[in-house]
Amino acid sequence: MRLRWRKTVNKVMLAATGVCTLISISALFVILAYLLINGTKSLDWNFFTQLPKATGEAGGGMANAILGTLEIVGLASVMGIPIGFMAGVYLAEFEDKAFGAVVRYTADLLNGVPSIIVGILAWTLVVVGMRHFSAFAGSVALAVMLIPIVTRQTEQFLREVPMSLREGALALGASKWKMIATVVVPAGSKGVVTGMILGVARIAGETAPLLFTALNNQFWGGLNQPTASLPVMIYNRAISPYEDWHRQAWAAGLVLIAMVLIANIAARLVLARGISVPRG
Amino acid sequence: MAAPQVAGIPRAAKVVQPGDVAARLLTMLFAAIVFLLVVLLVFELWVGSAASRQKFGWGFITSTAWNPVTDEFGALPFIYGTVVTSVVALLISIPLGVGAAIFLSELAPAGPSNALTFLVELLAAIPSVIYGLLAIFTLVPIMRLYIEPFLKATLGFLPIFQGPAFGVGYLTAGIILAIMTFPFIISVSREALLAVPREQREAALALGATKWEATWDVVVPYAKLGIYGSIFLGLARALGETMAVTMVVGNSPEVRASLLAPGYSIAAVIANEFSEASGSVRPAALVELGLVLFFLTIVINALARLLIIATTSKGSKRP
Repeated sequence: MRLRWRKTVNKVMLAATGVCTLISISALFVILAYLLINGTKSLDWNFFTQLPKATGEAGGGMANAILGTLEIVGLASVMGIPIGFMAGVYLAEFEDKAFGAVVRYTADLLNGVPSIIVGILAWTLVVVGMRHFSAFAGSVALAVMLIPIVTRQTEQFLREVPMSLREGALALGASKWKMIATVVVPAGSKGVVTGMILGVARIAGETAPLLFTALNNQFWGGLNQPTASLPVMIYNRAISPYEDWHRQAWAAGLVLIAMVLIANIAARLVLARGISVPRG
Repeated sequence: MAAPQVAGIPRAAKVVQPGDVAARLLTMLFAAIVFLLVVLLVFELWVGSAASRQKFGWGFITSTAWNPVTDEFGALPFIYGTVVTSVVALLISIPLGVGAAIFLSELAPAGPSNALTFLVELLAAIPSVIYGLLAIFTLVPIMRLYIEPFLKATLGFLPIFQGPAFGVGYLTAGIILAIMTFPFIISVSREALLAVPREQREAALALGATKWEATWDVVVPYAKLGIYGSIFLGLARALGETMAVTMVVGNSPEVRASLLAPGYSIAAVIANEFSEASGSVRPAALVELGLVLFFLTIVINALARLLIIATTSKGSKRP
């Protein structure tokens, strides 16, 4: 009797964990399905080539937001990736005990800071100084988010490079920096590049830090002007009362998620092939 | 290059070449930038909130005023909303996340388990504005038309399920946050469960425990610090989440008992009001809210990391 009860509990609970998994996974498919259905209905060629129409007017596109996102994210990558990469090399190869620990801790801390607070930082540093909103301010905010991600990923993947490779290079008489530049970094490059792609994909979808740095714009904008971006456009259109703007929000959502997911899946596939240890 | 002319073999560590010193200093400089960014962040939040801290003192935390006309600002409705939505999120995501983590680590074979975990982790890569978009047009109507009336009809005697069903509010924000946090709980809890030594499971099964008993009474307690860590990680994400909450929480700066009522959160009020805040006190009050949120999240994050580190080091020490 007691055994039967225990066996029943066993079955019920194990089944329940399966149901939990099913619900979790189906969330992804429900989200993707909704975006595909609503997004493809609204997506047309104008979306990619035209500027937004005046408030409430139907039609138009988001060419400026697509370009703006590329601008803001591109500039953020140019600023953030080198800094993060070099800091990661320091942590993996040159680490002093105390300072290395401080940098590692602060990188993790910065990684956990809510993005809206990073927006406040960029606002005080750039917007207040320049006295106007600009794509550059948005890039600074995104770069601050990108740096700790790239730092920790670079460190992690350089550490996975086998010690024997380093010893081989040193034994051949290479100096340490030459060893890092010609052996360690090339060997860990796949992982490091994967980390960078994932980092850029993550900041590309960020909205909160752009709200009061890059702001928004009906027109093309520019590095020194308020500039539209896809995430801010989605937010702006979604909370508007206009039917046609909702349609555009779905289209923009589909484009954004396609960019982010393709980057994620591509990065995973590159990584799946593992550390690129030079042979022969 | 002055190679040492010593007879015998110089040890690698002692061969310091000028290029090495330069490379070390250069990379160290970049590493220092990471550190300086955090110092700068704390500094700017502190200085930026000076006007508000001087005017309101500690009363800022407990005041419910939010009046731009008279320049009276208090943080309580926002702190309350942030905490309530995060707690609702955890109430949903903990059982769901831990359950799925158990399935993925204990029942599913390695191959499907890795594939399913990859899919769950993709959920974490979806930008939060997309969650907000879906919530506005799908979840909010469902909540307003079906779930909230149902809750009122069945559990309406509880003060937390009273009042009109708007569709937006603490509960809706909590549900969206739950979907955004369980990928973290699943991913980290699964790692913690997989780190439990095989012998623990085998010993329990050999003593006649059923699979579930071995899992729940032996494996899960063994991994519990890592699971707590994953929960704190999810909590930190929920507390700081901005866009999705802003879009569905209702944006009403009041403290209300009912989960169906519209509320506000710290991140949401900063997102909504910062770009148009004028005067000296209002921006400072918003920055001070940012400061409060900053401390909340770093404390929770630090706890999460300590717990996760504790499990990974514990695994190797135990016999």
